[in-house]
Amino acid sequence: MISVLKRWLDSDVGYSFRQSPTAMVAAAIAFVCLFCSVFAGWVSPTNPFDLATLELGDARLPPVWLEGGSSKYLLGTDDQGRDILSALIYGSRISLIVGLASVLLSVAFGVAMGLLAGFRGGWVDALLMRLCDVMLSFPAILVALLIAGVGRAMFPDAHESLAFGVLIISISLTGWVQYARTVRGSTLVERNKEYVQAARVTGVAPLRIMVRHVLPNVLGPVMVLATIQVATAIITEATLSFLGVGAPPTSPSLGTLIRVGNDYLFSGEWWITIFPGLMLVLIALSVNLLGDWLRDALNPRLR
Amino acid sequence: MSAPDFQAKPLVVAHDLAKTFDVSAPWLNRVLERKPRQLLHAVDGVSFEIPKGQTLALVGESGCGKSTVARLLVGLYEPTRGGLTFDGQDAHSAFKSPDAKAMRQRIQMIFQDPYASLNPRWTVEAIIAEPLTEHGLISDAAELKTRVASLLQSVGLSALDMPKYPHQFSGGQRQRISIARALATAPEFLVCDEPTSALDVSVQAQVLNIMKDLQRERGLTYLFISHNLAVVRHVSDRVGVMYLGRLVELADKHTLFANPRHPYTRMLLDAIPKMHDTGRARTPVQGEVPNPLNPPSGCSFHPRCPQATDLCKSERPPLRHFKGIQIACHGVV
Amino acid sequence: MSLLQVKNLVVEFPNRHGTLRALDDISFDIAPGEILGVVGESGAGKSLTGASIIGLLEPPGRVASGQIVLEGQRIDQLNADQMRHIRGRKIGAIFQDPLTSLNPLYTIGRQLTETILAHLPVTPQEARRRAIDLLKDTGISAAEERIDHYPHQFSGGMRQRVVIALALAAEPRLIVADEPTTALDVSIQAQIISLLKKVCKDRGAAVMLITHDMGVIAETCDRVAVMYAGRIAEIGPVHQVINHPSHPYTAGLMASIPDMDSDRERLNQIDGAMPRLNAIPSGCAFNPRCPQVFERCRQERPELGSAGGTRAACWLHQGVAS
Repeated sequence: MISVLKRWLDSDVGYSFRQSPTAMVAAAIAFVCLFCSVFAGWVSPTNPFDLATLELGDARLPPVWLEGGSSKYLLGTDDQGRDILSALIYGSRISLIVGLASVLLSVAFGVAMGLLAGFRGGWVDALLMRLCDVMLSFPAILVALLIAGVGRAMFPDAHESLAFGVLIISISLTGWVQYARTVRGSTLVERNKEYVQAARVTGVAPLRIMVRHVLPNVLGPVMVLATIQVATAIITEATLSFLGVGAPPTSPSLGTLIRVGNDYLFSGEWWITIFPGLMLVLIALSVNLLGDWLRDALNPRLR
Repeated sequence: MSAPDFQAKPLVVAHDLAKTFDVSAPWLNRVLERKPRQLLHAVDGVSFEIPKGQTLALVGESGCGKSTVARLLVGLYEPTRGGLTFDGQDAHSAFKSPDAKAMRQRIQMIFQDPYASLNPRWTVEAIIAEPLTEHGLISDAAELKTRVASLLQSVGLSALDMPKYPHQFSGGQRQRISIARALATAPEFLVCDEPTSALDVSVQAQVLNIMKDLQRERGLTYLFISHNLAVVRHVSDRVGVMYLGRLVELADKHTLFANPRHPYTRMLLDAIPKMHDTGRARTPVQGEVPNPLNPPSGCSFHPRCPQATDLCKSERPPLRHFKGIQIACHGVV
Repeated sequence: MSLLQVKNLVVEFPNRHGTLRALDDISFDIAPGEILGVVGESGAGKSLTGASIIGLLEPPGRVASGQIVLEGQRIDQLNADQMRHIRGRKIGAIFQDPLTSLNPLYTIGRQLTETILAHLPVTPQEARRRAIDLLKDTGISAAEERIDHYPHQFSGGMRQRVVIALALAAEPRLIVADEPTTALDVSIQAQIISLLKKVCKDRGAAVMLITHDMGVIAETCDRVAVMYAGRIAEIGPVHQVINHPSHPYTAGLMASIPDMDSDRERLNQIDGAMPRLNAIPSGCAFNPRCPQVFERCRQERPELGSAGGTRAACWLHQGVAS
């Protein structure tokens, strides 16, 4: 493990990483957020969603550095006495899970479609590309809104995980098209290369060629896109939650927190909405910067 | 060169092979712009035989169809017309049958571009082992490793190169890895598509020497495609000259180079810059290879031929036997 | 007086592992009207030499030391503006790929007259007349009509003729041609080579012909320089270098080329490969592969010295082994 890391750091990509303070800071921030989310139980001072620990009397306290604040609740509390800092940590966990899961799904589906279109060509290619065009003509949020709303209407008493499932699917359905197109383009190039022809001459089955030969060579640009897409997915999820069709209120994500806090914004209790908003920006920004750096680092090597 | 093996039947027989590609614009464009269908006759009726243990070279300039012939012979394309017999068996129906693998074990190919012919994400060991595992020839992992190592050694590389990736090797070394891969299934027939065109001269010498050594040791039969007549003269036993999808002359090496009969062959030989004849004055032939989508009528060489007659413009000359060679020219036969 | 003098040219590429010396102390001259061939295998530095002379070295590559003197004037230290005046007027360039050498959006007439007007004090009508003459000289039929055609309306060989015309447009004294026939068919190659010879001799322009094809060199050049690992191994009259080479590398190279006149069972091969720029051996760069190596070759780097009918950088021909 250490030797792999060492070899990566020594490579051209690793060198570029070490030269870029932005990338290093962004990676550090993203790592910290990820760490906190995974180990939320230990990192967070309280569990804000455990109703037993809430004290209604502590509701709407300002952050510790303002008058009236308490060191028990570093960033203040919301209208039900929940510690904002803890809510942030648990909320970003939801956001990250939804973001990563939907990107993984998008990538899996998009890459498969792109490979199929590029490899088979002909009417399969034409059909899939027209499907992509149709999907692109719908604004992403509307599609997600539609599917999430329909899901809710169909299963009004649904269990929480079903709600999450619908949410993840709706976000992933908006993102797969760009992977499909990128992979299709790369597949068209790789398909004509001699190593693919050599495999055909040997008699390797087309599916095997697609997966074992072509796929590893077309994943490069996908990695860059996926990294940037994580940020977009998180923001999309936040938007959906803000609009009320995202994460359920019992496990609020950052978007839900923003929405809830919005109602209190103009009564002066700004911390309930601003801190979740800042957290969202921080995560999205660091992931985006990482993606930008990755694209530039990989670029000169894409001969 | 190895002496020709006098067998009852030659190993490879191509008969009237033809391949046409449809390069028309997409259907919608054609309908809207009223464009006609465009067909590219890349190979237009090519016939030849290759005896076992010998090398047939196909030469020609761009657009002559030699690369397409190579791909027809290994089953990468299906012929539009004509047939291919390998060791007495109909090759193309064999390629489509469930027994295709048995045929594919015996025929392999080496490609032109050393940079694109090896998968950059696979190790050298995996690349060479693939034909072996694909055909189920070796199942034991240790035996596979030993076999890959010995294949690498037979092309002048070492077993230590197995875990490396293609980008760690030079062009000549990569081409040798390609040869090792092609030899993995112990094939009898190798189709080589310009294997040394992308290599430096001294590296080319190394690769050509290896290929000749291997042919002698293993009794391989080669189809060697090239545009470089000097290389062809060095490696081949017989030479076929192609022009716009057709064979214009087919003869054994010595005869072709000493006494070329077809006007195109003469022109090609004259056009080669000669190294040891510095300052020689030549009369270069005018004109260029015509657009293959719109070939001239009759004999496709007639616009550039100094001896063209009206017959040449109207009637296509068939490939006929003449004084020990085969030639397609009204003026000669 | 020489038209072009390259003296002790060193070209370096700094990168994160250190500095790579791509050209290591190159010196040669080109006389007015002479055709000098520069031949070598990939990585030897021949294209870099051409690029340094034209001033088109890609950063981070740079001329670290040495001089390039054209008609008595130093050109390696000029700024971009000054170099622009030299390029075209005094030095013309022909590159390998005729497809990308011409701008597809402009007619060839426009590209020709633009070059002529940029460097010569003539009227636009005169420039057009000259352009038509140039096209005729380079063998393009119906020049008066075709001058208004676009590059895509020409075939590969025709395009290369237009590129030659473009290189000659401002009447330069030196043409740098980098692999001008490599991308063309053999029959077209022959036409282009004889055309290049003819128009350059007619105009008294010297040519620096960079290629890896010894046959082309044999037919076109007066002298040839053989490059190896960023240095010149041998330089001399073309007949001498090809038939009586002094440097073992040149001899090995000539012997490994399959040739139309002799029938050999095996081609001579030079074992090993050209060293990478970051792993050049000490002493003579060729010493690990040389069949006639001795101790001095591994210690000291030889300079070009006279050897038979040529100049070669080889201890076999210089002084007594110490």
